[in-house]
Amino acid sequence: MSMANIAAPTIAVSGRDSTGPYGPKPRRMFSRRNIFLYGTLFVVAAYYLLPLYVMVVTSLKGMPEIRLGNIFSPPLEITFEPWVKAWSTACTGLNCDGLSRGFWNSVRITVPSVILSIAIASVNGYALANWRFKGADLFFTILIVGAFIPYQVMIYPIVIVLREIGLYGTIWGLVLVHSIFGMPILTLLFRNYFSSMPEELFRAARVDGAGFWGIYLRIMLPMSLPIFVVAIILQVTGIWNDFLFGVIYTKPDTYPMTVQLNNIVNSVQGVKEYNVNMAATLITGLVPLIVYFISGKLFVRGIAAGAVKG
Amino acid sequence: MAQNGTSVSIQDLSLNFGSVTVLETLNLDVAEGEFIVLLGPSGCGKSTLLNCIAGLLDVSEGRIFIKGMNVTWEEPKDRGIGMVFQSYALYPQMTVEKNLSFGLRVAGTPRDEIAKRIARAAEILQIEPLLQRKPAALSGGQRQRVAIGRALVRDVDVFLFDEPLSNLDAKLRAELRVEIKLLHRKLQNTMIYVTHDQIEAMTLADRIAVMKGGVIQQLDAPQTIYNRPVNRFVAGFLGSPAMNFLDGQVEAGAAFKTGNVSIPLDRYAFDAGGNSSGPCVFGIRPEHIAFGEAANTMPFAIDAAVEIVEPMGSDTLVWTKLGGHNFSFRVEAEKTLRNGEPIRIGFDPARASLFDTQSGNRI
Repeated sequence: MSMANIAAPTIAVSGRDSTGPYGPKPRRMFSRRNIFLYGTLFVVAAYYLLPLYVMVVTSLKGMPEIRLGNIFSPPLEITFEPWVKAWSTACTGLNCDGLSRGFWNSVRITVPSVILSIAIASVNGYALANWRFKGADLFFTILIVGAFIPYQVMIYPIVIVLREIGLYGTIWGLVLVHSIFGMPILTLLFRNYFSSMPEELFRAARVDGAGFWGIYLRIMLPMSLPIFVVAIILQVTGIWNDFLFGVIYTKPDTYPMTVQLNNIVNSVQGVKEYNVNMAATLITGLVPLIVYFISGKLFVRGIAAGAVKG
Repeated sequence: MAQNGTSVSIQDLSLNFGSVTVLETLNLDVAEGEFIVLLGPSGCGKSTLLNCIAGLLDVSEGRIFIKGMNVTWEEPKDRGIGMVFQSYALYPQMTVEKNLSFGLRVAGTPRDEIAKRIARAAEILQIEPLLQRKPAALSGGQRQRVAIGRALVRDVDVFLFDEPLSNLDAKLRAELRVEIKLLHRKLQNTMIYVTHDQIEAMTLADRIAVMKGGVIQQLDAPQTIYNRPVNRFVAGFLGSPAMNFLDGQVEAGAAFKTGNVSIPLDRYAFDAGGNSSGPCVFGIRPEHIAFGEAANTMPFAIDAAVEIVEPMGSDTLVWTKLGGHNFSFRVEAEKTLRNGEPIRIGFDPARASLFDTQSGNRI
């Protein structure tokens, strides 16, 4: 009872003051801060989306309509003709089967390259992070230095190497090149991710009797989905968008999509079919776009996880 | 306790990381069924020593025997050890049951045998209802119980604990401490337990090895370490509140002088070979000091004045000055003392410890 008497007045005093601020601070929707923030975001978004808009619109127009010159106006008559042509009948050099050939070449290049490079790099990163073998630091340094050497320096030596092992001009030659060039950055990514995992987990697995592969496959792998997603995105977009290696290490029959796209767009013979060019470009860019959209959330999580700790 | 034969024997063990010496020609024999606690401040090499025993670190020199077998070059799984980690180290993607059985599955143990062992471990640790859960759905105490279970199912001779309770809150720590002690009594396994918590060390250990700078300072029963520390470091590390240290002189083995205070030492048992004159440090624990009426019955008593009073609930720590040094002692919580109040304190020098100022060793 005496306790209640002491406590009650303080509560009553603060409760009686009904004029002062109470609860969450009110925020106005159209404050100056919000107008600035969303205004800037809107302008920047429009700036980046405008070219895409023009491409989509143009690809849906027929040539006569394009010649009118109103590039921002929506199509009067929507036609999918340019898309069909870009995919199946546009001519590149000798072949006239459109981008479809390049698309399947790119798939056949990208899938094995991504799988091979990630499989090797993840084991590299795991060994470097957890097994600390003799000379690990030296090995890691060499690998990282590799990331700083410009590709152009190595183009010719690689041509010779591929010729000597008989892979020049084949898809597998290009797969090999992509796998090797992906190694430094992917290894770094995986090493950082694995070294951010608690070391006691690794020790517990060793006490439990798991070996090098046992720990990798049964403990580490199931825990590293985010970083695998990051690696997959980096590799898929990097390899899919590659032009330089594609044009150098393959032949017209095995050209990836990017090289074919270039040949369609930059062909100097005949009329410039802007609508077909736009459609072809959109088709080529679709794969990386889809990959980003599907895995956006995991991508951010993995980048954050792989970035910390050097 | 059945203490027949040696379970773990460490002989001349050294470990260097580059030019840094972490462990220095260390020798330790652990008897069968003994509970040994490695105690020391962080960086003293206690966890490193445990990792060497487990086989997770290669030694620079020396040998390790477990059950009479030289395991210096063996893999962790072949040493007959189970280990419990501070961060639990449960495999996050596996259920509790899969966590427990992982080691057995790796070793290719038949399925019915695995089931039998898990059932036994789950019963001992009372984690049967948790078997199908993932570690993320467990509380800290439950996780540590599962981690202990993982060592339990492997049916090992030696349990290694690496600060298993440090991540738990105070209440759970006290509970699990008792459980570990009960577990040891039930299993009668050899256990080596690393901690920096002196309460855990005192309550759990058959023997404590106090470590500093990669060297075992003292290896003895908890009571001996507490009452007769071999050097100033051990004396200062154990005990909370800490032991009082007074700098001064021993005069002809008869009395200790500090400032204008002279403490008779005729009741103090000098170590054989101890230097019985010269500069030294006099140490006495706050709980060995009598206060008020009781002080007058002690061989040594003196007047002092209260400086600061620290009530701690169960008892109260009082700070005063003795021969110019800060000096603390314990009184019952019911006593109310005011700052500056004159008091009389006394103690029996037989309960004190004297250390050489230079070497820090007990004299």
